[in-house]
Amino acid sequence: MIKAILIFNNHGKPRLSKFYEHYNEDTEQQIIRETFHLVSKRDENVCNFLEGGMLIGGSDYKLIYRHYATLYFVFCVDSSESELGILDLIQVFVETLDKCFENVCELDLIFHVDKVHNILAEMVMGGMVLETNMNEIITQVDAQNKMEKSETFIFQSTRQDR
Amino acid sequence: MALKIVKGSIDRMFDKNLQDLVRGIRNHKEDEAKYISTCIDEIKQELKQDNIAVKANAVCKLTYLQMLGYDVSWAAFNIVEVMSSSKFTYKRIGYLAASQCFHENTDVIMLTTNQIRKDLSSPNQYDTGVALTGLSCFVTPDLARDLANDIMTLMSHTKPYIRKKAVLIMYKVFLKYPESLRPAFPRLKEKLEDPDPGVQSAAVNVICELARRNPKNYLSLAPLFFKLMTSSTNNWVLIKIIKLFGALTPLEPRLGKKLIEPLTNLIHSTSAMSLLYECVNTVIAGQYSCSVGHIKSHLLCVQKLRILIEDSDQNLKYLGLLAMSKILKTHPKSVQSHKDLILQCLDDKDESIRLRALDLLYGMVSKKNLMEIVKKLMIHVDKAEGTTYRDELLTKIIDICSQSNYQYITNFEWYISILVELTRLEGTRHGHLIASQMLDVAIRVKAIRVFAVAQMATLLDNAHLLTGNMQRNGICEVLYAAAWICGEFSEHLENPVQTLEAMLRPKVATLPGHIQAVYVQNAAKLFATILKNQEGNTDSTAAQETSQMMIDRLPLFVQSANLEVQERASCILQLVKYIQKLQQKDVEVAEEVSALFAGELNPVAPKAQKKVPVPEGLDLDAWINEPPSESESEDEQPKAIFTKEEPKHSRPRHTEVDEKELARRREARKQEQANNPFYIKASPSSQKVYQEAPGVEHIPVVQIDLSVPLKVPGLPMSDQYVKLEEERRQKERAEKKKKEKKKRKEKRSGRGKKHDSGPESEEDITPAHVVDIVTEEMPEVAQEDQNRLPSPYLCRVKVCICMFCLCRPLADSEKLPVRSHRAAGAPKSSAEDGEAENATPQEPKKKSSKEKRDKKKDKERDRKVRLRCWKHFPPSGHKSDSRSTQSEGRTVVTFLVFPLPRKVCDIQGNLQDGSQVVVSVIFENKSDSFLKSMEFNVLDSLNSKLQRPEGSGPHDGLTVPFQLPPGVSNEARFVFTVQSIVMPQKLKGTLTFIVKNEDSSTHEKLDFKLHFTCTSYLITTPCYSDAFAKLLESGDLKSSSVRLEGVNMPFHHLLARICFHHHFSVVERIDSCASMYSRSIQGHHVCLLVKTSGQTVSIDAKCDEPTLLGNVLDEIKQTFSQC
Repeated sequence: MIKAILIFNNHGKPRLSKFYEHYNEDTEQQIIRETFHLVSKRDENVCNFLEGGMLIGGSDYKLIYRHYATLYFVFCVDSSESELGILDLIQVFVETLDKCFENVCELDLIFHVDKVHNILAEMVMGGMVLETNMNEIITQVDAQNKMEKSETFIFQSTRQDR
Repeated sequence: MALKIVKGSIDRMFDKNLQDLVRGIRNHKEDEAKYISTCIDEIKQELKQDNIAVKANAVCKLTYLQMLGYDVSWAAFNIVEVMSSSKFTYKRIGYLAASQCFHENTDVIMLTTNQIRKDLSSPNQYDTGVALTGLSCFVTPDLARDLANDIMTLMSHTKPYIRKKAVLIMYKVFLKYPESLRPAFPRLKEKLEDPDPGVQSAAVNVICELARRNPKNYLSLAPLFFKLMTSSTNNWVLIKIIKLFGALTPLEPRLGKKLIEPLTNLIHSTSAMSLLYECVNTVIAGQYSCSVGHIKSHLLCVQKLRILIEDSDQNLKYLGLLAMSKILKTHPKSVQSHKDLILQCLDDKDESIRLRALDLLYGMVSKKNLMEIVKKLMIHVDKAEGTTYRDELLTKIIDICSQSNYQYITNFEWYISILVELTRLEGTRHGHLIASQMLDVAIRVKAIRVFAVAQMATLLDNAHLLTGNMQRNGICEVLYAAAWICGEFSEHLENPVQTLEAMLRPKVATLPGHIQAVYVQNAAKLFATILKNQEGNTDSTAAQETSQMMIDRLPLFVQSANLEVQERASCILQLVKYIQKLQQKDVEVAEEVSALFAGELNPVAPKAQKKVPVPEGLDLDAWINEPPSESESEDEQPKAIFTKEEPKHSRPRHTEVDEKELARRREARKQEQANNPFYIKASPSSQKVYQEAPGVEHIPVVQIDLSVPLKVPGLPMSDQYVKLEEERRQKERAEKKKKEKKKRKEKRSGRGKKHDSGPESEEDITPAHVVDIVTEEMPEVAQEDQNRLPSPYLCRVKVCICMFCLCRPLADSEKLPVRSHRAAGAPKSSAEDGEAENATPQEPKKKSSKEKRDKKKDKERDRKVRLRCWKHFPPSGHKSDSRSTQSEGRTVVTFLVFPLPRKVCDIQGNLQDGSQVVVSVIFENKSDSFLKSMEFNVLDSLNSKLQRPEGSGPHDGLTVPFQLPPGVSNEARFVFTVQSIVMPQKLKGTLTFIVKNEDSSTHEKLDFKLHFTCTSYLITTPCYSDAFAKLLESGDLKSSSVRLEGVNMPFHHLLARICFHHHFSVVERIDSCASMYSRSIQGHHVCLLVKTSGQTVSIDAKCDEPTLLGNVLDEIKQTFSQC
């Protein structure tokens, strides 16, 4: 199971937080801050696994993260997930974002966090991996965006009618 | 209206959308909080508008603010509104917001049930998808129960997109509503072979998660998974399956054997590292069970792991070490051969990797390499930057050294020196660990005491160093050990007066109380020793001076705020004053004073107390006083060696410090240390050596021809021991050779069995000291009965999904609730009894054989939780009923709604909710007419209420969801909410219906009574005799008894009757005496002891609810009075 997915930048500013277990808002912020401290002090060429992290912790849990340019993608998972598998999943996630936003950069995530959530929802559901095939994910995301667009269109046209 | 909409749209054009909000926040870096609070005010305004688009926009912004840490739960209702929008765009926004901020305690969640159900059945697959995704994040037990059936239907949806989501969410449903597991499982199993790989993968995923909780239940799926494993090409699925097998193999050794081949094939063939790694892991797990053979696969694994560890990719290195540590548990030898590699990893720059390597070290030490490894670790301790890692190192060093009763330590002087060196660590949390090691070694290794005492005296003398920053410094705990050792073994002290002086310094008063107490007490011990030494002297002034010093210094401690210190100090002060008086009279007191502390302290096995027989007449389990309240008992937790529990402060947060800063600080510290007269200079110690000064090798080492190293003055240097140990071993070897040449004239006890003088083997290394090993016996406590398999009943009681057995056929009662049931008011079953009495006057038949058959069938079906309860109705009830019908002039009313004279009702205790009972009523139409529009109504009492659908008034009847043609019977269920179950209760009710004949139809009414007996709240629950005994002993049950006269039936019939009518189960039966048990739906335990002699039966009963018990006994009595 995946317990939480966090994206934050090099300064620890959250860009996306998805907790699959309930915490109150303060605890969530604390977890984000702490995870940032743990992750950011690590060198570039060390391994991507991190044990501990007190809040999210428990011996069964691991932090698995990747660092892309200005962003950290951190997954907190328990031992039922394959470590290397999750690393791949992060890669798939980022590549998907890249496709959906066309050359994704931090600004895309800042202004369209809802879209990022929607993409993530096609990959991970309730803490379990739903889909790992990038093409499939993109197809579904596109189809939903198309639906959204058609709805806006109808809405606008009805407005014009009036 | 139209105008309003237009106005809303125009407003919306001026509203901020999410992007504007984000931009605004970025532009207000200075006063972000203020800006956001104005935004929240705006959002509140927007939420008040009717336009759903405006609301959705507001909710979207709230979702963003939630991420920034703002509580948005106040908008929960608005979120629900947006969720229920018909537009996908808004719906999605709503569900996203809900998934981010709803949780089990969000009260509006219960409003969403119907909306979600509607979305789940929406023709648009994305509406369904969005609802499933949202639900997966905020599903509650109620939602799970109500929607389980809908989701299960979706598992067979035509679109794979929906199927895979539905399958995946089932896991969440199982967690929240475990009863759904058994009914849903067959379909879940089907999905393992779904044509769509995504669905298949989801099913594998769910089953793997389930199997993690209780692998045993899923062993039967092994063949299916085996097939999948050999056929699937999806790595993600393969990994999951292989992980699942890893959990299963320990339970089924044959599986491990069977897996070896395909797994080794995969290991050879796959290019995916992740898959390879999981294969290796599973092969390792398999070896747990089958120790035989498979050397080939084992070697392959170790070899692959070595490749991983050697890889330049840090991730693989980490995982390799992780897997190695699993091998270590089963095959330590094969890991030991990779010592070089693992030691190398200790030098890695990555802390995660170093920690993993440290774990492995534990299993790799031997007598031969212990010193070398520890030396290496000590170097790391010195170099370590973070306190966490350093503390980790420290515990590892101690773990490694102390494992299996110091098995690998050959020279305890070396070990003491290591411990003393470790005390130099500043800010470690593990002072107490070092201290307990010092105490342990000093007490158990007699030969080391002289050395240990000398070291401890030095430590005490230099205590300033330790107390420097005492508040945060856990290391001062070692002073506890030091003081105690110096006091207890004071006869070994070289200069006791000096040590005594050191222990009574004013600075000591800044130490924590429990340490001061030890100081004071041991100062007294020292004092006794000194007196003894000095008394022989002709000059008595020295002894008197010592007394005077005690008298001068102790008042400081008498004033201590710590009670323990104060008490001890004042006692000892008075004692010393008295001694002084005697001394002035030239009385010899030393003998008597030392008698105070006479007797040697010997190690005692932890279980030794068990061997002391309990004196007769002493009941250790009985309370001496009334049991203390809970808060008190918390205080009485057993104390550790140290009176103060380690405060549970969260680990210190690591501050980030860059290299330069660190170097600067280190330099500054060195400077400070150099100028500090109390700091032990690095020169004699190993510090320099640790910095790998090139000159180490060139330092001339004096060859000392002694098998035990000389006492080293001052602080010890553990490194010396490494050298000395080498020499000692060489010497021993040489000696042995000599001896062998002498044809082994003298045999050294226990060793020298190996004759080859070649490479040194483990046994050749003899410890320099002997440890008093106190063997710890296995606790006598027999295997607890915890392993006993829970019966299905217990499973349900615990409502724990891992306990369900999936192989049993599904009972009807487990069917997922379907909506139609709910309409009738019965979500699930629970018990009740109903007895309704009612009647029709001319009920010609009593019980048809068909009814009997039905009943029997029912019983089988319901063996799970339901029992039937039959009641008698008072005949008077009948009559009145019949009259009512007769008065209508009907002569042929034979719709037997409740077959007379006994009514059959199902009892179902709703175990999830102790306040619900379900009455199942069988309606049988015995007339020739068609019955329709039946309405069932009950007059609620304060305690019991019929559950009616939302929106209906308290006096509305419930429609019976079927019609009855002539001669047909059917069953309907009605849910009642019951508050208290301790009293029986009768509810009056009415059934109205329309009787339709060919020519006419009339409205009819039938009165009845429902009798809720206390018995009907009981549920047959099996209980084991030991658990039963425990229950009785627990003392919180009230007892009561009843005597039945003139019971003329065999004892086993009697028991069967109680079991059958009153839902008890027999716990144990001995001759004419039996214990029985049952449990109420609200969890009251009811225990009976039934004895019979002649025609008299006495029942002693115990229950935690006396009223309930009284009523149950009355009912039992009634049962027997009627027979």
